[in-house]
Amino acid sequence: MRLIAERLGLERGGRRLFRDLGFALTGGEALAVTGSNGSGKTSLLRLIAGLLRPSEGRIELEGGPAERALGAAAHFVGHLDGVKAALTARENLEFMRALLGGQPGGSTALTTLGIEHLADLPAGMFSAGQKRRLALARLLIAPRPLWLLDEPLTSLDADGQAVFASLARAHLQRGGLIVAATHAPLGIDGARELKLGGGA
Amino acid sequence: MMEALCAIFLRDLKIAFRAGGGAGVGVVFFLALVTVVPFAVGPDMPLLGRIGPAMLWIGALLATLLGLDRIFSADREDGSLDVMMLSAAPLELIAAAKGAAHWVATGLPLTVAAPLFGLLLGIEPAALGTVTLTLLIGTPAITFLGLIGAALAVALPRGGLLVAVLILPLTIPVLIFGVAASAGVGPVPFETSLKFVAALTLFALVLGPVASAVALRHIRQ
Repeated sequence: MRLIAERLGLERGGRRLFRDLGFALTGGEALAVTGSNGSGKTSLLRLIAGLLRPSEGRIELEGGPAERALGAAAHFVGHLDGVKAALTARENLEFMRALLGGQPGGSTALTTLGIEHLADLPAGMFSAGQKRRLALARLLIAPRPLWLLDEPLTSLDADGQAVFASLARAHLQRGGLIVAATHAPLGIDGARELKLGGGA
Repeated sequence: MMEALCAIFLRDLKIAFRAGGGAGVGVVFFLALVTVVPFAVGPDMPLLGRIGPAMLWIGALLATLLGLDRIFSADREDGSLDVMMLSAAPLELIAAAKGAAHWVATGLPLTVAAPLFGLLLGIEPAALGTVTLTLLIGTPAITFLGLIGAALAVALPRGGLLVAVLILPLTIPVLIFGVAASAGVGPVPFETSLKFVAALTLFALVLGPVASAVALRHIRQ
């Protein structure tokens, strides 16, 4: 499976964020997108997810699930967690599972992320780090080959960061792909780096 | 895909009926409006009975518009709209599922409450039945037309009034035929008005989700 971007360019509100951007990522590889604030990291992730259309160039997933848009093969965990405050953690996760097409039945995602004891509490009572763990739990409940993560480590404690790193490594070993916008090291060995901005 | 749509429908219902969800607010607002009318009009029972169906319709219309703007913007603010867009279900059907949930949470309680509140206005029992029937058939049109406004105002922090102003003109035909059918007044017979209300609802059920999906895609860009 390969994620290929060719001559990507994006213009938003009359401002050119990047142009002539190209990369190819094969299964089992991670790409860390770095760059200063406002250099277009989040926009690039949204563009790969199909939430934004590129102004020029193209992006595609070779050998992905047939006839599916790139977005349907991808998980997107943005800087917003996508967690409903009125629902419990379990209800939030069950909703995401149904929405994203995961298999029903006893998921261990909450245990893996270390928030099993909070499963029946409304997510509105969670701390920022606990919400982030809940958001990351949806990576596990519906298998999708491409993970698009925007600052995945934000508000996670050291334990949470270690859990995330082990999840990411396991995903890469299964042949998955990860594109993560980040300022901090992800804890994934051999992640390639794509630097945005800087006169691009 | 059906599973995803059912999940959206049930989730929105659950949120609406939990604390702060706003499902009850519409009915309370409806009751407040209906209670105020007799005070304003005065103790003239025949007059109240005559304008009663129209008052119920106006009350239901305004109560439905209340909270309509949150359909999409609440999901946008917490990021779940992005996740929905990555679902295998098309955005049009997602919008329809959200609209249906919103109607069950607001439009349906209004319809159920209408015959009860109609008593406050001194409406005849027969007219109570017809006004409830027209509300049952007509309020989905208001909700689904409202989807368009909700999608257009998704990025605005205080979109509520804007949605109401945008949508109100579109709901006027529903109001005209709804009141005509329930009051049994006007040049057209009851069945004809009722059929017009049903037709407008069917039209809105198709137009609302399609137009709001276009608006959402465009605005997200």
